[in-house]
Amino acid sequence: MSAIVSVKDLTKTYSSGFEALKSVSLAIEEGEILALLGPNGAGKTTLISTICGIITPSSGTVTVGGHDILSDFRAARSLIGLVPQEINLEPFERVIDTVRFSRGLFGKPRNDAYLEEILGKLSLADKTTSKIMELSGGMKRRVMIAKALSHEPRILFLDEPTAGVDVELRRDMWDTVADLKADGVTIILTTHYIEEAEAIADRIGVINKGDILLVQDKGELMDQMGQKQLRISLAQPTTEIPLELSEFDLMLSENGECLVYTYDTRGEKTGITRLMASLQRTDLQLADLQTEQSSLEDIFVGLVKEPA
Amino acid sequence: MNIHAIRAIYKFEMARFFRTLTQSFISPVISTALYFVVFGAAIGSRIDQVEGISYGAFIVPGLIMLSVMTQATSNASFGIYFPKFIGTIYELLSAPVNFIEIVIGYVGAAATKALFIGLVILGTAYFFVDLTIAHPVAMLLFLVLTCLSFALLGFIIGIWAGNFEQLQLIPLLVITPLVFLGGSFYSISMLPPVWQTITLFNPVVYLISGFRWAFFGEADVDIWLSLFAIAGFTCLCLGVIWWIFKTGWRIRQ
Repeated sequence: MSAIVSVKDLTKTYSSGFEALKSVSLAIEEGEILALLGPNGAGKTTLISTICGIITPSSGTVTVGGHDILSDFRAARSLIGLVPQEINLEPFERVIDTVRFSRGLFGKPRNDAYLEEILGKLSLADKTTSKIMELSGGMKRRVMIAKALSHEPRILFLDEPTAGVDVELRRDMWDTVADLKADGVTIILTTHYIEEAEAIADRIGVINKGDILLVQDKGELMDQMGQKQLRISLAQPTTEIPLELSEFDLMLSENGECLVYTYDTRGEKTGITRLMASLQRTDLQLADLQTEQSSLEDIFVGLVKEPA
Repeated sequence: MNIHAIRAIYKFEMARFFRTLTQSFISPVISTALYFVVFGAAIGSRIDQVEGISYGAFIVPGLIMLSVMTQATSNASFGIYFPKFIGTIYELLSAPVNFIEIVIGYVGAAATKALFIGLVILGTAYFFVDLTIAHPVAMLLFLVLTCLSFALLGFIIGIWAGNFEQLQLIPLLVITPLVFLGGSFYSISMLPPVWQTITLFNPVVYLISGFRWAFFGEADVDIWLSLFAIAGFTCLCLGVIWWIFKTGWRIRQ
């Protein structure tokens, strides 16, 4: 797979002096769903808005489908559909008119058959001639998606698609995203719900304070999450791991008062029985045993927390 | 050139005009009729003729200009301010359109509305006064140029405005007084000499004078000076808009 969006050393400092992006680099693969995970104010919306042309970057380059977003903005922007976080629609307009407007704005000739197909997929088939103000919140959000898809983009940005949305609607939204991926659309979504990233993303990027801390395959992250740690507290601290235990990949922590054994719960053998047997052959005195499971949340919190 | 985008913006803006037809069409007609009743009948009966033209006919160009300038300005300023206000401007900023296309769409629509209103007022005037237009082509040219240039000014105001009050501020505090004092209802030759000189600093004088020349073949100032003034004003507005989109002033962070 090749990168359809390539971000290099992108920075954005607002006129207030706030540094929203600090040298962000990121490659988005064609056809994937990338979830950008981060707390409020992390720079998620700034990053998306910069790629889409709403915010001018301070430095760095972004190419979309090989086109520079500044020097070749027409070609770059034609490939992108954007669904912003806020629902911004003219209340007096009809659904079909606002979707037609979006398609025209992106330089495509009128094609009502295509637009009606999109509205149908988004369960809005019977609302095409309704005024925006007559729609529920969930429907308005789907109209926003229909507008973003109206010009047949190859890349769709969804900024917090499920913020403030009830559980059922959130599931619907995930299904919609899965359908779009099946149609070959590359999807970048921002969220601060870890379960959302877990449920629909292929890769997960963690962003905080204007920095991308990690971009990793979801499967690899899940593997880390599938790992458990056995913490063996010792009655007397030790300075080195005894030779008898060398076959186990142990770590000493808490100034030698604790041995940490990491194992995979999904493996056929965890190695715990053998470790216990080997421990008996050493002269270590055990004080306590404890097991811990890491979750995406732990990884996330570990990445974004303030250094002490 | 993204023709589809221009058409989309233009149609969208015209749709707003037709949604609010009462406000956009009937109100200028009524206010014009009122002006004719008050100025034409009541005051006009005491002022026989101005420069050999009946007073009722004399005020027609000024009346059209008054409406056209305020309508072009307010339509264009509202057209671009409203998307900023409700947030739909994100779409415009993320679309593959350049500033020329955006301006043609918004300003073109606002100018069309103003032109339409101007012609409606002209039609209404025929019900009240006898009117013959000496230079119809020049009249249309002046009308179209005025619609365009004031729609450009309105576009700038719409981008500048941070709230609805500011949106009304310039049309109310600047344009209306300049039009009233720019010879809409009188010939500047009727003023004392000092005021005649001061009035020449009012740019609207040149527009109304030129427009009146197209109607009656008589003008307060030279017709070429009038054309130069409106062309200069249009260029100035275009220059400001070019700068706005180049720097992203008030629209793009």
